[in-house]
Amino acid sequence: MDTALKELGDFIRDELGDAVKDAHVRLGELCLEVERDEILNVIKYLRDDANCQFSTLLDVCAVDYPERTERFEVVYNLLSMTHNTRIRVKLSTDEDTPVASVTSVFNSANWWEREVWDMFGIGFIDHPDLRRILTDYGFEGHPLRKDFPLTGYVELRYDDEQKRVVYEPVKLTQEFRTFDFLSPWEGVQRMLPGDEKAETEADAAKQEAK
Amino acid sequence: MAETQIKNYNINFGPQHPAAHGVLRLVLEMDGEVIERADPHIGLLHRGTEKLIEHKTYVQAVGYFDRLDYSSPQNQEHAFALATEKLLGLEAPARAQSIRVLYAEIGRLLNHLMNICAFAMDVGAMTPMLWGFEHREKLMEFCERACGARMHMHYFRPGGVAFDVPQSLLDDIYAWCPDFLQICEDIESLLTENRIFKQRTVDIGVITAEQCQDWGITGANLRASGIAWDLRKSQPYDGYEKYDFQIPVGKNGDCYDRYLVRMLEMRESVKIMRQAIENMPGGPAKSIDHKITPPTRGEMKHSMEALIHHFKLYTEGFKVPAGETYCAVEAPKGEFAVYLISDGTNKPYRCKIRAPGFASLQATELISKGHMLADIVANIGSVDVVFGEIDR
Repeated sequence: MDTALKELGDFIRDELGDAVKDAHVRLGELCLEVERDEILNVIKYLRDDANCQFSTLLDVCAVDYPERTERFEVVYNLLSMTHNTRIRVKLSTDEDTPVASVTSVFNSANWWEREVWDMFGIGFIDHPDLRRILTDYGFEGHPLRKDFPLTGYVELRYDDEQKRVVYEPVKLTQEFRTFDFLSPWEGVQRMLPGDEKAETEADAAKQEAK
Repeated sequence: MAETQIKNYNINFGPQHPAAHGVLRLVLEMDGEVIERADPHIGLLHRGTEKLIEHKTYVQAVGYFDRLDYSSPQNQEHAFALATEKLLGLEAPARAQSIRVLYAEIGRLLNHLMNICAFAMDVGAMTPMLWGFEHREKLMEFCERACGARMHMHYFRPGGVAFDVPQSLLDDIYAWCPDFLQICEDIESLLTENRIFKQRTVDIGVITAEQCQDWGITGANLRASGIAWDLRKSQPYDGYEKYDFQIPVGKNGDCYDRYLVRMLEMRESVKIMRQAIENMPGGPAKSIDHKITPPTRGEMKHSMEALIHHFKLYTEGFKVPAGETYCAVEAPKGEFAVYLISDGTNKPYRCKIRAPGFASLQATELISKGHMLADIVANIGSVDVVFGEIDR
């Protein structure tokens, strides 16, 4: 199974040339990393080529890695019912760079891309209807970003005097608790308490030097 | 006499309409009685499941899967358990796999019973609801006897199932099977050849096979359109390849075919359940690797190591090696998948839930355009949507 997938990955890479940055098989799953600007061609090729025939786009989602320069990864999961194979296509982008929408190739992408926009704030070019989908009407922010707090910023309640629902800043009756379970012996690369001050000082010094 | 121009008008269907199957707000543009445009507004039940899972350990996250599609909670847990096991490089013991298959099929029955009966009620048939829900209650009792909870089982965990099942329970499930087949016959005798039911469903909401693939529709809706695609056969997990069962396939992809496919699928599920009980292997019902699964109470009374494992598992949880996987199961509503990314800590870095209903509901406009207002009720009922999983 793995060798067949590897061959398929190599085949696609040969066919598409520079559009594919990397093709690898991990845990028995084939994954392509592609250039952002080429995504529409890649998806179209995967659907139409006789050796691929990935006729169903099952899912589009994003992952946030705040420490990377291009912090978002957009992930497309496709399925070929003819060949009984799956493939994952990935690209990377940042907050300001939109990605070409694949709704012209797969209608199913419409809502998935709306969801990615809603949750991560990644724009899609040529999307027919890029509205928020899951969050409340008039919601602000993109909740699945790693820098969005779990509790959110606003909460709502029914106000009996005004006879309507009102939004208020979140008030926590108990402080939000997270525990760091990483063992200190395994986490040597972590910062010790107080180290962050030294870093900001060094940064400030650098800025001044500039 | 000159014809008067009648302007199209918008109506709101839901979110409080009983036929909206939960909290769907559907904005319809009507030309008289004919639907011109249907715009579903979803998200009224959005709870941020994916965000919450990022802040919970792997075992704590299982509970959120019950609350997605609350008509068949087990099947969602199944996908998460399989995804976690794949990252851990762990395989559940044979008995655990058989128990999971048994309960996954119970989940399928729970779902199809709810869907068929509610769908029948949407188009005007009252009795199936009364008969079907009696058996649904019995199935939920079986769930309760296995894990203590009627609905939100929290039962399929990474490494196996939470508790072993006693033989008496298996015997009772086995004895229940013929009764259930009888009730299937009874429900069919009310619906399948019923003139009113057929008028409401035949040739309503047709989806072709190509449209299904284009819109990402899977499961019974896809099979009703004529494609024999079932993950239990094509990409078997937990030993589904050992069971003998058929995949019912429809022909026209209309509401009536979707109903027929579900009806037949229930009979196949009973077949699988019987085989699972007949060939139930012995041995442990969860992995004996106590770095992943908790030790028994008895062990903890005399083993220091078991006590440490218990403490570590219920405070810190287990760590999962870094990696990512897309793991799909054939849930009753279609392909339910978990795209799980681990960064090597005790919490998932990202857990994307691929809900089958999301894709099915997206096609509402496609299948409802040009139909009458009353048909939209049949369409929503027959594509089988539950908002817990769509809104997440």
